[in-house]
Amino acid sequence: MKAIGLIILHRLGLGLVTLFVVSVLIFASVNMLPGDFAQAILGQSATPEAVQAIREDLGLNKHPVTRYLDWLGGVLQGDFGVSFAQANFSAFAGADASKGGIGSVAAQLEPRFKNTLFLAFVSAAIAVPLSLILGILAALYRNSVFDRFINVATLSSISSPEFFLAYILILFLGVLNPLLPTLSSIFPDMSFGERLLKTMLPALTLTLVVTAHMMRMTRAAIINLLASPYIEMARLKGINPTRVIVTHALPNALAPIINVIALNLAYLVTGVVVVEVVFVYPGIGQLFVDSVKIRDIPVVQACCLIFAAAYILLNLTADIFSILSNPRLRHPK
Amino acid sequence: MSQSGPLVKIRNIHIEGRADEIWLEIVRNVDLDLDRGEVLGLIGESGAGKSTLGLAAMGFARDGCRIASGTVEFDGIDLIAADAVTRRSLLGKRIAYVAQSAAASFNPAHKLINQHTEAPVEHGVMNRTKSQADAIELYRRLRLPNPEEIGFRYPHQVSGGQLQRAMTAMAMSCRPDLIIFDEPTTALDVTTQIEVLAAIRDIVEQFNTAAIYITHDLAVVAQMADRIKVLLRGDQVEESDTRSMLSDPQEDYTKSLWAVRSFRREQKPLASPQDIPVVSVKRVAAAYGETRVLNEVSFDIHVGRTVAVVGESGSGKSTAARCITGLLPPVEGTIEFDGVALPPDYRQRSTEQLRQAQMIYQMADTALNPRKRIGEIIGRPVEFYLGMKGAERKERVEQLLEQIELDPAQFMDRLPSELSGGQKQRIGIARALAAEPKFIICDEVTSALDQLVAEGILQLLANLQDSLDLAYMFITHDLATVKSIADEVVVMKNGEVVETGPKDVMFTPPHHPYTDLLLSSVPEMDPDWLTGLLQRRGVDNIGDAAVDKMESR
Repeated sequence: MKAIGLIILHRLGLGLVTLFVVSVLIFASVNMLPGDFAQAILGQSATPEAVQAIREDLGLNKHPVTRYLDWLGGVLQGDFGVSFAQANFSAFAGADASKGGIGSVAAQLEPRFKNTLFLAFVSAAIAVPLSLILGILAALYRNSVFDRFINVATLSSISSPEFFLAYILILFLGVLNPLLPTLSSIFPDMSFGERLLKTMLPALTLTLVVTAHMMRMTRAAIINLLASPYIEMARLKGINPTRVIVTHALPNALAPIINVIALNLAYLVTGVVVVEVVFVYPGIGQLFVDSVKIRDIPVVQACCLIFAAAYILLNLTADIFSILSNPRLRHPK
Repeated sequence: MSQSGPLVKIRNIHIEGRADEIWLEIVRNVDLDLDRGEVLGLIGESGAGKSTLGLAAMGFARDGCRIASGTVEFDGIDLIAADAVTRRSLLGKRIAYVAQSAAASFNPAHKLINQHTEAPVEHGVMNRTKSQADAIELYRRLRLPNPEEIGFRYPHQVSGGQLQRAMTAMAMSCRPDLIIFDEPTTALDVTTQIEVLAAIRDIVEQFNTAAIYITHDLAVVAQMADRIKVLLRGDQVEESDTRSMLSDPQEDYTKSLWAVRSFRREQKPLASPQDIPVVSVKRVAAAYGETRVLNEVSFDIHVGRTVAVVGESGSGKSTAARCITGLLPPVEGTIEFDGVALPPDYRQRSTEQLRQAQMIYQMADTALNPRKRIGEIIGRPVEFYLGMKGAERKERVEQLLEQIELDPAQFMDRLPSELSGGQKQRIGIARALAAEPKFIICDEVTSALDQLVAEGILQLLANLQDSLDLAYMFITHDLATVKSIADEVVVMKNGEVVETGPKDVMFTPPHHPYTDLLLSSVPEMDPDWLTGLLQRRGVDNIGDAAVDKMESR
């Protein structure tokens, strides 16, 4: 067990290093975007003095390295800075925006991020068990009509654009049979049940998008093992086919499955912009796109960092779980 | 349950296997009868269809195989006509299987005892608690160490010989009427093999279980079987009870199988002490990382002589070879070639030094580049070491192919996948010869081959040695091979040399106790050999137990 502790610590360390490198990349690439916030907000007819004043106000004229270190220092203390767009507003409103007030990036992100996590969680709760079960069934009845049907269905759903799937679902579940609400506007004071209902259509759309990968990996990883001697042994012990697959093949096929699940979960956090827009769901993806449009750099950076952290954290978790799924590591000699 | 008639009755069975798009016959028109409590030995070389026939006796065909025609009756039940549910209700419960590699056939994700109790619980023979208690009892009867707790380990925590016995225990879990043993000791060392053989024979007798014992090793089958059936490329050759089969084989093929072990090469006169050996290993120690794997290893190899290095897996034989070739630089000691010390790392050796020592590998399959043609495989060292090109190189490759008794016109442009196992090994030999070395390391070169093919390779190596004055280091765990080809023998154990000497001396007692244990563990063709050995030594003086005892002394 000591060895596993070390491996996990090692991976965690690597994850932190990766996150640091990513933070540099994010900062550098955001700063390389053409145009700046002051120019964008004041428009074509801005006087150079006005642009300069705003730049100075927001610290945009400082050296990039200094700005990076300031930003990194803030992030490490949980302060993602002040949203440029909101800073302007709050200055008019006379509020102090710098200390976690209404203009701080953190305050802006928090509700959005919670909503995104909620959507991701609901989608994952449907998609992961569904794709595991479908994958196991497809492996069990491999090359049958059922197997082909499942493959064709999941592949077509992954190959269609997300908005198309979303409109199809709206048509069938919202318009022709009005079972689910087609607008997913969510408010903080909603009850859990109501939230769940409102989230259902975007969650189903996302399920259709991510199921194919996970299901096909489950199927492939299991079928890959079916020629191994211990599977033949289980068959020759007269064990029924379902049990052969679930108790003999699946535990040994977990590592690749876990990795694909992690990638898809990361996608649920970071790749849901289109679905959020279609259903007017107030998630982080919409905020991200809006902020890029108005060059609200602190928000863009914070979103990028959150996306990166989600990827790194989920892959790290996947790594650790696939290590743990190996009995040789769990129970050394 | 009918008590009359044979337990297993196979008639006119044809089994086909798919190769690309066509079905080829693997087993042709074979009949088989097995009575209750009887042990039938199935022998033949690889590809003879032994395993396929053994599995067919369970009504089972591997993926890519099918039982094309014929009947398989088990206790009056037609297994081929029966539906999957009926067949499953018999498998594990009344018919059990013991596979060749226990390490691969136990599921790595579950504890041994959970795999043991699975069949009894699923078939409703016993509940879990009872089956667990029974497993421990079976472990005890099979003389596994710590029977109380060994079942609660995972397969990778248990040694090969113990796993094979645990698998036999698992096969016994429902007290079946029939067990198919599919080469259960082939992957084991000789000293381990013997205790597994003794345990299997014992338990089969105790429960009066019928068994089909599949193996390619005649001496093993002689100990285990009441009757022997010989197969050749899917055809039945002959069948009779063990004693008459051994003393009086009828068919030519059977006679040729029996004759293999009579091949023996006379020991050459010893080199005089003042001769400089081709290779001299001097007090070599080696380590993988922190782990010492060789200690104080010394031996000499003289011109035109064969030194056989024997020992069980993990004894350091192949590591010694890696030190000589410079792949693993020794941490202590030196390797001398013709009296001159070689640089420890192969990267510091000159091309000339590298040319002088060549290697032939165990798995010719993986040692040849599957995408290169034979002419290219042999031509490469000709060009690299001797600088021959174009027509000169081609001529030399043709010469080499003739030396290994393959027709150049036919083989030059073939790919390794178009060759048989024996032919591939010959190409491996030609590739080593291409460098025109003085010294060749043969690492288990015959252990992946069938006996008749292996004999051909040994003869070829012997002829080449005579005509080219080659020195061989012959690594093997098979003492029969040692007997047939060696001039001197080096016995290794746990990274140390236990005993060395000329072959004739080494095969005459008295010996170092370990050499003695190794030699006495090699099965002989006499059907009473195992019984006699157990009487002489006792069950506690064979296998791992004996090794442990010797070490504690």
